[in-house]
Amino acid sequence: MFTTINRRSLGQLPCLVQRFQSTLVIAGHNNNQLKAITLNIITAASKVGGEVTCLVAETNCAKQVADQISKVQGVKKILVAQHDCYKGLLPFWDGIELTPLILASQKQFNFTHICAGASAFGKNLLPRVSVKSQDTFVRTIYAGNALATVKCNEKVKVFTVRGTSFEPAAAEGGSAATEQVASPSPAGIDRPELTSAKVVVSGGKGLESGENIKLLYDLADKMGAAVGASRAAVDAGYVPNDMQVGQTGKIVAPELYIAVGISGAIQHLIIVAINKDPEAPIFQVAEYGLAEDLFKVRLSMMTRLDIVILKV
Amino acid sequence: MSPASVFVCLSLTLLSDYPVIRVKPDHSGVVTDGVKHSMNPFCEIAVEEAVKLKEKKFIKEVVAVSCGPTQVTETIRTALAMGCDRGIHVEVSGKDYEAMGPLQIAKIFAALAKKEEASLVILGKQAIDDDCNQTGQMTAALLDWPQGTFASEVTIDGEKVKVVREIDGGLETIKISMPAVLTADLRLNTPRYATLPNIMKAKKKKIANMKPADLGVDMVSRVEVLRVDEPPTRLAGVKVETVDDLVAKLKANGTI
Repeated sequence: MFTTINRRSLGQLPCLVQRFQSTLVIAGHNNNQLKAITLNIITAASKVGGEVTCLVAETNCAKQVADQISKVQGVKKILVAQHDCYKGLLPFWDGIELTPLILASQKQFNFTHICAGASAFGKNLLPRVSVKSQDTFVRTIYAGNALATVKCNEKVKVFTVRGTSFEPAAAEGGSAATEQVASPSPAGIDRPELTSAKVVVSGGKGLESGENIKLLYDLADKMGAAVGASRAAVDAGYVPNDMQVGQTGKIVAPELYIAVGISGAIQHLIIVAINKDPEAPIFQVAEYGLAEDLFKVRLSMMTRLDIVILKV
Repeated sequence: MSPASVFVCLSLTLLSDYPVIRVKPDHSGVVTDGVKHSMNPFCEIAVEEAVKLKEKKFIKEVVAVSCGPTQVTETIRTALAMGCDRGIHVEVSGKDYEAMGPLQIAKIFAALAKKEEASLVILGKQAIDDDCNQTGQMTAALLDWPQGTFASEVTIDGEKVKVVREIDGGLETIKISMPAVLTADLRLNTPRYATLPNIMKAKKKKIANMKPADLGVDMVSRVEVLRVDEPPTRLAGVKVETVDDLVAKLKANGTI
């Protein structure tokens, strides 16, 4: 009898240790809508083991965003901070900062891990938070040409998460409690967001002009896809910078990625490539390659897809 | 009152020739012996911006700083040839250099910026080897200075800096007070090539030498790299002849 109890207690030990892990996820939102990629960050946070708490900070967000998060599976608690000074979510603004809010939350609730998505917002804020706080992580280096496994021995681990590497947490079925905490700039679009879209159509220098991007938008609308672009297309001024996909742009992991008129710098991994140059390097990494002039291909693609989608 | 000095902080990385990146057989890192090294492309953009600000008479002096082994002085010389006035080489080598990460570098840059009373610290947004994108933000936090990251346009307006930033939703314009930390993004400018006369002039410019201990910085890192692996190999692809073919294949494997 005595032996059985002992063995059971030992078995419970890892769970006890895990309960002492506690992760804070800094939620990405645009004030009334939770950003879809936050669900993936929540999955990453739950892999640490232990509780997951979400922090929501902005000017008028309490009701809508906190409500959405409270239904997400895996979230235990939500911290809501409202103050005019959080407008635009700048980490340092007229002396009142988002950084102190996170540090104060950490002091009050003793989080062992603090994370956010690897977006412009997360990458701007989190290194600043880390200076003032499950310890092994895998990250990409050399534009994804190598993977480094790193171990962090700091007491509090602060990290940004590449959302596309994790499955999204189920958005229903959770029941998190909301708690108010004391507190010391984009347009809404109909198209899906690049980093969380299931289908992405990307254009490159082969498009030859900004007007031709319309070809991609037409195709994307038919497929319910997001539109991206290579660095060359952005540099040439065909599209604005927020559409850039790649090493220094956005990381996407859709189920289907169609690269149109992109030659294929090695940082551009794709599934379907369309380029009139059969020697273009992109065909070496494409799962399906079509060496045809994209302007000729477009119309037939649209008609074919029309039929396919209707049938489905 | 134009700001006194601007510090440009440089990083030395492998020349960006990605097909050549090879993971060491013992998985301890990437092969760097015999591979050409040069200034990190984002750092070149940072140097160019600082030199441009000086040419427009917004600032008086540009100091180029880098941490690392002796090799790094060549990088500083290149910055001097592009127009920086003087350089500082913070010597870090051996085990300390291997363990050196954004936090240690940020501590060094912050200590220097304070010591030399810099008004602006400009860095490249990320190094193309570790892709961390952390050093600038960490430096700003250590100094408790405002940060203008991913800058695609910088204008000095009295005691403030107007920064246009490239963010996820497009462009954002902020105005921050100096002293401040800026990180340069790709489209901030096109770096100049150092001309031969300038390379010759650079040989006479001063590069001061110091160690992290001189700045009171401890190089202990609590992040260690356990191993480095190659990403999973991609299988060979399929060439299709027509659009019908492509759509049929995508439909067959359930993608659409």
